[in-house]
Amino acid sequence: METQNQYEVDLGNLLAFNASHHFPSLPSSREELVKECLQEGTKLVQAIADRLFNLPSTEDVDGPIVKLPPPTTKLPRSKHLPKPKPPTKWELFAQKRGIKKRKKDKVVWDEQTGTWKRCYGYDRVNDDNDIPIIEAKMTDEPGEDPFAKRKGEKKKRVEKQEKNRLQNLKQAAQVGALPSHVQLAATALPITGTQAAPKKIGKHELGDVAGIAATSTASGGKFDRKLPGEKAPKNQGKHRKFLPVVEGAGIGSREKEQTDKVLNKLISKHSHEILNVDKAITMYNVKKEKKNRHKQKKNEPEKSSTSSKLKPKKKPNKKSAMKGSSKKGRAK
Amino acid sequence: MLKVKTPKKGRVRRELDKRAPKLVETGKKTLLLQGTKTSNTLNAVLTELYLLKKGSAIRYTRKNENIRPFESGGETSLEFFSLKTDCSIFIYGSTSKKRPDNLVIGRTYDHHIYDLVEVGVENFKPMNSFTYDKKLAPRVGSKPFICFVGEGFENVEELKHLKEVLVDLLRGEVVENLNLAGLDHAYVCTAISANRVLFTHCALRLKKSGTTVPRMELVEIGPSMDFVVRRHRLPNESVRKEAMKTAQDQPKKKVKNVSQDAIQGKIGKIYIPDQKLGEMALPNKAKGVKRERREAKVKSNVGDRASKKQKDESM
Repeated sequence: METQNQYEVDLGNLLAFNASHHFPSLPSSREELVKECLQEGTKLVQAIADRLFNLPSTEDVDGPIVKLPPPTTKLPRSKHLPKPKPPTKWELFAQKRGIKKRKKDKVVWDEQTGTWKRCYGYDRVNDDNDIPIIEAKMTDEPGEDPFAKRKGEKKKRVEKQEKNRLQNLKQAAQVGALPSHVQLAATALPITGTQAAPKKIGKHELGDVAGIAATSTASGGKFDRKLPGEKAPKNQGKHRKFLPVVEGAGIGSREKEQTDKVLNKLISKHSHEILNVDKAITMYNVKKEKKNRHKQKKNEPEKSSTSSKLKPKKKPNKKSAMKGSSKKGRAK
Repeated sequence: MLKVKTPKKGRVRRELDKRAPKLVETGKKTLLLQGTKTSNTLNAVLTELYLLKKGSAIRYTRKNENIRPFESGGETSLEFFSLKTDCSIFIYGSTSKKRPDNLVIGRTYDHHIYDLVEVGVENFKPMNSFTYDKKLAPRVGSKPFICFVGEGFENVEELKHLKEVLVDLLRGEVVENLNLAGLDHAYVCTAISANRVLFTHCALRLKKSGTTVPRMELVEIGPSMDFVVRRHRLPNESVRKEAMKTAQDQPKKKVKNVSQDAIQGKIGKIYIPDQKLGEMALPNKAKGVKRERREAKVKSNVGDRASKKQKDESM
């Protein structure tokens, strides 16, 4: 009993501390030192065991089970205490108005179908999809689809709720009481003028791009190793398609039809009407102008080159321009 | 522009919930890592400490260039590792000419360094140099006894600090119910001088003493080493105050469907929903399981039997 008092025992951590022990003189050899330490340790362990085995225990298959008291040595936490969640805007409002939560049943009797149905979620009571008829009212505007209106209203309500939720989460994040599995991630900043945030490129799009890039080798990607997820480029191969010339019943007759159509247009009585004279004239004029311009360029290539050489004169850097001009003069 | 991001899978969500701050914390995890230079002893020390803490420890074996726990700016990557691995105790080993076989034991609070103790390792004896009865070998994760001997742990500031850190490192998870048959090892720390601590790990041998309390005997199983205290840094007072906060009244969760009976003891109620074996999806649709065939079989059963009988007669 005497020994127990001189030791500090923390049963919750199975910890014992002998503060009064003092080596009068350190033992000379290591072995003796260790031996003495173990002796002291044994005393301490015995002191813990004395208390531990005297605690009320319940027998179990694996052995006696003892209820430990909470540890007395104070040790720091590894993380801060969880912060209480701030009340949402609705909760504040409800408190002000004295609105109390009431429990709803999970399943509700549906009179339309005569069955028990879920209150929310899939296959629920009063689902928008299940309503076959909406009665007309005096206030209805003509030409409006009541079903679409209903759907739109629902969508708006959902969007509003989502907005409210984000707002409440933002407020919780400010206090640092965000639920552990929720993260508020900043999406790309909205650029003025663009409405939607830039879209992230998906797996399939990347595969398409990789396929296009692979065709840039000399062989057109024929002998290259395929990347994982790479897709064959679209629209590869024949661009022009010719119909079969051999006459036949189905596709074979198509070619004939096509040529017939063109010929009929040309040879027909009102063939002159096909030609849009105004358009033809403007086209002719444009072509002529282009030709003329081309000719001029070809005729006076020297002139144009000199003009380009003289251009630096116009530059505000006067010195170099002056030099250039003087040189030109001497050369001539 | 903010977006709500939530995990897509339940497993991720559960993992995140495990890392969230809790009212009553479970045990701390330990991260063991090393600097650019280590000695053989130090590698062995880190490995053996890892083995002692196995189950709640993570061992990093790569060299870490820019970890200097005592210097400002040298703790950045350490704090990152603490965040990444969710460990709040770290043991960092490094060796240099000035400080050979150096161990820095530190704790973090909110993934920021809380306090640090630097010790040198001397007279290290690994586990495999001890011979003992293998029946005594402690099991992984069992609750240890911890003993501190010597007045140094009360008088000397550094040793006092070291004691607190060692307790935090060694004690494991705080438990409410303890199986007395599972007690099998003890740590003994003795203050030999003002800056030297002898640390050793022992197995327990329980001997009959005639009373309910068995007589304890310690058998050294290693590792054993001397800690020479070098530098230490105490926690900031305000951070300390913050970290020592505990939940005043932990709400007891109501246990459902369990009751006590004087005669039968603990009684549990189990609800089993209707199993609906008929509607169960089978992994492969064998021919015999198909419904049409089964029904056809039932229909033609009577005729079948008759034909079989006929066969028997012919035999």
